[in-house]
Order: sequence, then C-alpha cells, then structure tokens
Amino acid sequence: MTGDVVVSRSLRNRLAMILTGGAAVLAIVLFLVVRAYAAQIAQQGQDNILNASVSSILDAAVLRDGEVELDFPYAALSMLSTDADDRVFYAVYEDGALLSGYDGLDTQDDEAFRSMNYDGSTVRIATATRTLVGANVPRRVTVSVAQTQDALSGTLNRISTNVAVFGAGFFALATVLSFWATSTTIGQLRRLTTSVTRRGPQDLSPFTKPVPTEMGPLVGSLNNLMFRLDQSLKQSEEFIAEAAHRVRTPLATVRSYAEATFQRVENTENRDALRSMMRAIDESSRAAGQLLDHAMVTFRAENLDRIDVDLNDLLRDLVQRMTPVADMRDVDFILDAAAPAHLHGDPILLQNAFRNLIDNALKYAPADSIVTVRVQTAPDLSVSVTDQGKGFPPSEINKLADRFVRGSDTDGQIGSGLGLTIARDVAAAHGGALILSNRSEGGACATLQF
Amino acid sequence: MRYIAVLILAVLPAFCFAQDWEDQQKFGANGTPILRILSSTDTSFFAPIIDSFIVGQPNVSVEYIVTGTADLDNEFRQNPDRFDVVISSAMDLQLKLTNDGFAQRLDGISHPDWAQWRSSLFAFTTEPAAIVLNAAAFDGLATPRTRQDLIEVLRANPDIFMGKVGTYDVRRSGLGYLFATQDARTSETFWRLMEVMGSLDARLYCCSGDMIDDLIEGRILVAYNVLGSYAEGRADTADTLTVILPSDFPTTMMRSALVSKSASDPALAEAFVNHLIGLQSGGARAAFPLPPLNSGQDPTGQSSIGLEPALMTYLDALKRQTFVREWEEAIIQD
Ligand SMILES: Nc1ncnc2c1ncn2[C@@H]1O[C@H](COP(=O)(O)OP(=O)(O)OP(=O)(O)O)[C@@H](O)[C@H]1O
Ligand SMILES: [Mg+2]
Repeated sequence: MTGDVVVSRSLRNRLAMILTGGAAVLAIVLFLVVRAYAAQIAQQGQDNILNASVSSILDAAVLRDGEVELDFPYAALSMLSTDADDRVFYAVYEDGALLSGYDGLDTQDDEAFRSMNYDGSTVRIATATRTLVGANVPRRVTVSVAQTQDALSGTLNRISTNVAVFGAGFFALATVLSFWATSTTIGQLRRLTTSVTRRGPQDLSPFTKPVPTEMGPLVGSLNNLMFRLDQSLKQSEEFIAEAAHRVRTPLATVRSYAEATFQRVENTENRDALRSMMRAIDESSRAAGQLLDHAMVTFRAENLDRIDVDLNDLLRDLVQRMTPVADMRDVDFILDAAAPAHLHGDPILLQNAFRNLIDNALKYAPADSIVTVRVQTAPDLSVSVTDQGKGFPPSEINKLADRFVRGSDTDGQIGSGLGLTIARDVAAAHGGALILSNRSEGGACATLQF
Repeated sequence: MRYIAVLILAVLPAFCFAQDWEDQQKFGANGTPILRILSSTDTSFFAPIIDSFIVGQPNVSVEYIVTGTADLDNEFRQNPDRFDVVISSAMDLQLKLTNDGFAQRLDGISHPDWAQWRSSLFAFTTEPAAIVLNAAAFDGLATPRTRQDLIEVLRANPDIFMGKVGTYDVRRSGLGYLFATQDARTSETFWRLMEVMGSLDARLYCCSGDMIDDLIEGRILVAYNVLGSYAEGRADTADTLTVILPSDFPTTMMRSALVSKSASDPALAEAFVNHLIGLQSGGARAAFPLPPLNSGQDPTGQSSIGLEPALMTYLDALKRQTFVREWEEAIIQD
C-alpha cells in the first residue's frame, strides 16, 4: 500500500532552494546596490573637495595692470591630501590659453566634473570659469583641478569587502533560517505521516491532534475519507453478518426436514439426492457460520478490548469441549502446556482462532491419530496445533490463509476456507502472526505466534 | 662621413654628461652596475653612507653627483633615465617630480606615513632652517632668539651689518625658495625681515655652503635660513659661529630621496634608499652625518613642512612670479 506513490521532487528541497536562492539573489542585489551607492557618495565627496579647490583658486584670480594674477591659497591644494597620496594636477587658462599648471588637462566640456585619463591614471577633474572685468575687455579665467582616484578606490574596495562580508553573513544566516523554517514546516507533515503509519490497520478513527491551518483541509478530508471508509466497512460487515444470520436459521430448518425425509425414503437414488442435498446444506451453514465468525472477528479486532488471558486455561477448556468430536474420529488430544502462559488479549477471539486450528486438525488428520496442542513461552509466546495427517499442500501453503481459499485436496471435507483467515486476523489483531508448516515426520503444524 | 656621424652620436651623450656639476665622485669598484645618484647634498655628508652601502654590495660602484636644488630638478626632468636615485632638500620640487610621475613606487620599503608620499618619495632627515651668526660680531650685542629679535638687532646697528647679511637667492635656490615661501606662509615677520635685510644690502647666495664659508671668513656676519646641519657639520666652526633655531616658529624641511621611474637597476636603487632609511634610524652619527628624521613636534606646536600636494602651490608659475616679485621688491633696494 505504501509503495505505489508517484513522487515528484521534494517539497523540502524546493522550499529550501527557493529560500536560499532568494537569499542569494538578495545578498547580491544588496552588494551591488550598496556598492553603487557607496561609489556615488565617495565620488560626490571627491567632487565636493575638487570643487572647493577650484573655487578657492578661482577666487584668488585678480586683474592687476591688465594682467591676470593668481595668488591662490595653500589650502587650495592642501585640501586635496588623501591617505593614498593621490596625485594632483591643475591648470589655469585665460581665454582658453594655458596660463599656468599642467598642460593637457582637457577642459573643453561644459560639465563641471568629469573622469578622464591623464598621464596613465584615471583622474577626476573639476572645472569652473570666472569672468574678470578689467578696464577694457572682460577676461575669462578657467581653472581645472584634477586628482587621481587611489584613495577613492581604496575606500570603495574597503566598503566592497565589508559589504561582501556582510552579504555573505546575511546569506549564511538566511540559509540557516530557511533550512530551519523548511524543516519545521516539513516536520508538521512528517508528524502527521507518523501518526498515520503508527495506526493499527483497523484504526479508522479521525485525527484529533491540532495541525497547522494549512494542513487543516488535508486532515479534514483524510478524516472524512476514513469516516466514510469506516462507515462502508461497517455496513458491509453488518450486511454479511445479517445475511449469514438470516440464512442460517432457515438452513437448519431445511436440514432437519431433509434429515427426516432421508429416514423415510428407501429408494437409493432418492437417498443419494437427499444426501448431497444435506451435504450442500451443511456446507452452506458452515459457510454462514464462518462468515458470521469472521465478521465478529473483524469487528472485535477493530476495538480490541484486552484482558489478561491464561492461555493454558483457555486451551484446556477448548480441548475439553472438542473432545466429543475428536472421540468420534478416535483422535486423542495432547495438551502440552508446561509453563504458565499469559497473554493480554481478547479471549473470545483467541478461542475462535484456536478452535479453527483444532477443527482443521480434526478435519484433515486421519482417524486414530494424535493432535497435539503445544504452548510455548520461549523464545516467543506461541501456540501450535500439530496433527499426523498429510500436512498442508506445499504448493498452496502461502495462500491457504487467504479468504475463501481451500486446499485442492480436502477429501470431501466440508469447509468454507475462512478458518485460517480467522486465525490469521486474530493473530494480527494481537500483534502476532500465523505460521503454517509441515513437520518432517508428517503432519501439519499451524502456529499462532505472538 | 657616415662613420663620423655615428661616432659623434655615440660620443655626444658623454659630452652632454660632462656638464658643470658642483661635485662628481665615484665610489667602489670600477665595475658594473653603477648606481647614479643625483643629489643636492654635499659629498662629505654622503661619503660614509655610500661607503657603508658598498660594503654590503661589493660589486657595485656608485657615482655621486652634486648640484643645486633648482638645477637638479631641471636636469632630472630633462634626463630622467640618466639617474637612478634623486636626493634633494627641496621638498616641493621632489614632491612635484613624484606627482608628475618621475618617481617609481617602492613597495618593499616600509616607512611612516608622514615621511613618505605615494611610497615613492621618502624623507630621511629632519633639518631646521637656522639663523647663523658670526659669534665675534655679536660680542657686545644681545643674541637674537627670534626673527623679531634679529630685525631689531639689524635695525639698531646698520653700521655694523651694512652689506654683511646674507640669505638664499630664492630665484636660484630651490631650497631657499621653499624656506622663504614657508616662512611667508607662516608669518608676516618674514617680509619685514626681508625689508630690513634689503635695506642692509643683503648678499644673496645659491647654497648654504657658500654662506657658511663667507660667515667663517667674516665677509658676512648674519645668515638667515641656513641649514643648521651644514653649519654644525663644519667641525672648525664651533666657536666662530652661533647657530640659532628661531623660537618664534621653526621652518623645518625633510631631505628626501626618490628612485627614477627609468632607473637602470630599480632593485639596486631601492636597496640604496632602504639603506639610507635604515641608517637614519640607526642613530650612529659617524655612519649617518645628517640629522635623522624627527617626528616629534616642536615646542611651538609647529611640525616640519608636510609632504603633501600643497607643496606645489608656490611652484605655480603665476604664484612664483608674484612671490619672486614681492621678494625682489623687499630685498633688492637700489
Ligand atoms: N491440519 C491440516 N492438514 C492439512 N491441510 C489443512 C489443515 N488445515 C487446513 N488445511 C488446508 O487448508 C485449507 C484452508 O483451511 P481453512 O481452515 O481456512 O478452511 P477449511 O478448513 O477448508 O474451511 P473452514 O472455514 O470450514 O475451516 C483447507 O481447505 C485445507 O486444504
Ligand atoms: Mg478449517
């Protein structure tokens, strides 16, 4: 029943993958965003200083005797000192012509800040222009200050490393959390599964333990399903029991009539017909009786009420009650029950099971033989019934306990094929098993092992 | 004809090389490799340093060339491949050389942050600018402790000091220009001193050495902004000269070294710089005749001139022009 489930991927893995994948994506996005943001801020910082430097140089520009004089303050370049000792370049232009400073600092663009390559390094350059109005013509003084970006990239690398470490930490934490979340979620499912598997085969009662909201519908429909199953099982069992019961009484009546008629009829042909009729009736009532027993066993097994049973007492009683039947066939019983044997179980069911085993032994063993009922307490508690007959047909031994299965060679013995089924079900209800075997010295051995 | 041309081309560098240096000396074996050092520091100070370097590197020979700071800068800019190590006291020029990409990064050298720039320029001495007096001339006068004192003494005794005061010619000396600009940056006193010196018909010098020579020989009685280390380095001067570190504010420079980007043997050059730095901190006066680096701040709270891009401020053509003009107006009063 457990085997044939179509399984497609694990919910746990899928959940964990989605969560860790999400965390990884988040960590990367976090890294990129913070880095980009840090880069922007760092660049802004550098730009601000460059701008301040440019303005302080430009502010110092004056026209003296028609000449541009530029006595810019020490601070103009001093403010550009960085930890990484960045290189500094500047240029002063008057109406586009280089007045002093470094040649080749490209200042054509109108942009205030630009990045460019100068003397083998990337520099950030700030430019501003001021118009000096002299006596005659206005002069345009343009100042550019450029700085390499060693400190900036150092800062960025530091930030990147920190953010990367932070992101990795975040990812690790998120992964741990996602595994935890996944296993707690899956844990609920597993708990439900365990409580389903732990149930006895006949237990169809509803689940009453609390489950998470999301699992409510599943458990609800499971309960519903089991309720209906239980219902229909009960119905069909009741129906069978009812049917068997209803058939049994009229059959007994028919049987007594047939018997009476048989006594009176002398014609051989009619007597034969009546004999087969009685046999058929016996068979039917046997079947009805066994069906009733089986239904009873199924019902009681479902709500087993266990008490302490003294097996020796129980078997002694049973053997005694069956002795008349045995005497008819000259069969002797041996009850081998040395040690006290107690079992926690349902005595009615147990008695039913043993009766069926003994019944089989009497039925299938030859006359004038011995049937042994043996109670063993070690290694496990077991009760075996052995006879001196021809034993179970070996080719069918595995199927004999199935419902309505009879051996191929039953010597015309009346039977329904439910006896071993009942014994097996009783054993199962008590957590045991029915073991059929043939003894080497001949004879069948049916053991109920608990 | 062609051969002659080739010959000329081959010999030409040698001729160009044979220029007027202040000094040019060879140390060590006559073999290769040769470490070519261009320096503004007198050979006498560097001889022991080079000697101890050669002890560790037996096959190496060292060529030590001395010239003035301004000339040094000029020469090196034109022929950066002709020198391996450049040593100068003009911090501003050295920093600009580094900023302009002439120096090589030496990542193998560990040096405090404040004494190096871009791991390319390494300071290895701390040397204050001093007022040096001819002790005899100041016999009856109060010894000036500050620039202000000096101004007063000079003003009060024009008859003694007329034509007998000296300082750097900032137009010719890179170090003189650095000292002057840093003085001017710090205090207005500098300009008043220059005016007083100008009124006394100051003599102008290219180098500390010459100033000290003239002081010893009595041609001048006061020299302003002389390298104290040079004055003290002359053993014969102990009682002739008085070296005063002005207590109002000190102007302190750091001598620095860099390795040319086109050095022929960068590893050797780096080894030399490393040697220099190691000796400096070693503290042995005989092995390292120059004052070692001194990170400690002066009592006045002023530390040495910082190695930072701002040093390039006064190297700006327009600024230099303005500064030199003002300086000339103050000191040359014909
Ligand atoms: N002691 C035995 N010796 C030989 N064969 C046996 C023995 N007990 C059972 N069998 C075989 O196993 C079959 C199944 O037995 P089971 O008790 O279930 O049915 P049954 O005896 O035929 O009918 P009933 O339901 O009336 O007992 C029998 O038909 C018979 O062939
Ligand atoms: Mg039977």
